[in-house]
Amino acid sequence: MVTEQLINGLTIGIIYALIAVGYSLVFGILRLVNFSHGSVYAFGAHITLLFISMEFGIIPALVASMMLTGALGIAIDKLSLEPLRMKGSKPISALITTIGISYIIQNMLMIVFGSETKSFPRLFNYGSVSIFGVNVGSTQIAIFFISLILLVILTVIIHYTKIGLAMRGVEQNAKASYLMGINVNRVVTFTFFLGGVSASIAGTLVSGYYQMVSPGMGFMPGLKAFSAAVLGGIGILYGAVVGGLVVGVSETFAATYLGGSYRDAVAFVILILVLLVRPNGLFGKKGIKKV
Amino acid sequence: MHNLKLLSKEKRTHLYQQMDKHKRFIIPALMILLLALPYLLNSQYIMRIIIMICVYSILGMSLGLITGYAGQTSLGHAAFYAIGAYTSAIISVNYGISFFITAPIAAAVAALMGFLLGLPTLRLSGTYLAITTLGFAEVVRMIFLNWERVTNGPLGISRIPRPTFMGIELTIANNGMYYLVLALLLLTTLIMHFIVKSKFGRALTAIRDDEVAAVMMGVRITHYKIVAFVVGAFFAGLAGAFYAHLIRFIDPNTFTFDTSILILSIVILGGMGTIKGMFLGALLLISFPELLRFVQEYRFVMYGLILVLMMRFRPQGLLGGQQKTDYAFPKGMKVDRQ
Repeated sequence: MVTEQLINGLTIGIIYALIAVGYSLVFGILRLVNFSHGSVYAFGAHITLLFISMEFGIIPALVASMMLTGALGIAIDKLSLEPLRMKGSKPISALITTIGISYIIQNMLMIVFGSETKSFPRLFNYGSVSIFGVNVGSTQIAIFFISLILLVILTVIIHYTKIGLAMRGVEQNAKASYLMGINVNRVVTFTFFLGGVSASIAGTLVSGYYQMVSPGMGFMPGLKAFSAAVLGGIGILYGAVVGGLVVGVSETFAATYLGGSYRDAVAFVILILVLLVRPNGLFGKKGIKKV
Repeated sequence: MHNLKLLSKEKRTHLYQQMDKHKRFIIPALMILLLALPYLLNSQYIMRIIIMICVYSILGMSLGLITGYAGQTSLGHAAFYAIGAYTSAIISVNYGISFFITAPIAAAVAALMGFLLGLPTLRLSGTYLAITTLGFAEVVRMIFLNWERVTNGPLGISRIPRPTFMGIELTIANNGMYYLVLALLLLTTLIMHFIVKSKFGRALTAIRDDEVAAVMMGVRITHYKIVAFVVGAFFAGLAGAFYAHLIRFIDPNTFTFDTSILILSIVILGGMGTIKGMFLGALLLISFPELLRFVQEYRFVMYGLILVLMMRFRPQGLLGGQQKTDYAFPKGMKVDRQ
């Protein structure tokens, strides 16, 4: 029973990690909580469903959704956030802008696709396997490993490629990187693209896991993934992964032992506690506020 | 082009100065108009909308103190609204106590919660604070959803008694609710006005404009921030209590993140750091979905667009950013004016 819950928790946790990475990447570079991320995730799931219903097959549908969702990420940055950066607006303006964008995307999804919950085909269905006497669904194994591979790919991009180097440079000091010849705006745009792509994959995996899609599906996972990112130390990639797993496991256990209705509260309690006790998260470095 | 802009701005300032000069006439005229409104309109449907505009004006002013004046972005203001509504509803349904006693209790409970939420501001600012308030509101909503013994869970509380004043039951039909909300609105506006003009209000503005400079000037910023949260929560609780007795049914779904964002949109649209902006913001955003019924489903898209466009083109809001009076320097001081 405990092991089973642990596996369920890890499955949902790794998906939170995948969403959390999107928050973490953007926060690391812009010091901005991208509130639109949850609705971008819902957008990704809807686009996959759209292409699946047009009989594209799952893999082409997912690829198309990744590209379109990535493009949506770029559009968000280019249309709304870049002008604010150019103007040198207050950070809170950008935060409120992303809330506005989240409203626009979520409600456009509602208008275009309908506000009801739609069924989504099961992605991987090869029965279940028994590992150490515990039944594990093949869906869960697939989700876990796909997410893990994606997280590894993201880490490789950030640590071993040229654009990754530029991203880390901008994260440390945008002005200095600009003087070193890095096109900061392009780095930010690329970050939004990566965030969109990972959100689309996470959205598709979750929809396949629960077999349903709805325009409001991004709100709760978005907030929980954000809690995960904060827990691990926002801006730090492996922190987001650990945070996601912790949130996923603890909410699954809370649902089992305290009752399903407390499931959603756990992430927020964790979030508030972390912010009060250790605002920089588990792995975060202590920031020095310059005057 | 530049000249034209300058001229229009001067003209605008001139208009405001004129309005200021005739304040003695404009304000009483508005009062009389507001008092006579039910007899002029004679429609329960419109009165209901106007009552909601008043409720949201109170909510806007209460959040305006926290976000507009003190500069602490709160994404969980619906929590205080909910706490006020639930407290008043639970007390009056279970013990049959009059609205005029339960409302202050509800506001006080909300204020206490505001104090609790204000505490993290000791450590947090900006984005982190915004997220904490959001988490707080979600936790509050989940408590209302799950604490079924007291709050009746997802079914909500129904048959909340109407307020009675001197033996008369106040309803929308006999305009009692309208005059009640008008009284609450007047009370809130006056108190907010005096707060903003006081030392407390100046301290809040200083914190908003530059926290470090405020500390250097000896402003006790944590103290003032917490008091701002307490006062803001108090009036949101009051609005919530009124709402519960107006609609006579509340459930956790009334007080979601959407409500918090609606209140925030009112503050931003009206103009952060203004009081009259809150009336304008509430008037526009509450009447808007009623006026444009045919775009009902685009309502939230519009809210989103308002947030995005305002931040992009006019972050200070419709009525914000008018510095009408120059700072009075001590006598004999020479200042170079450009």
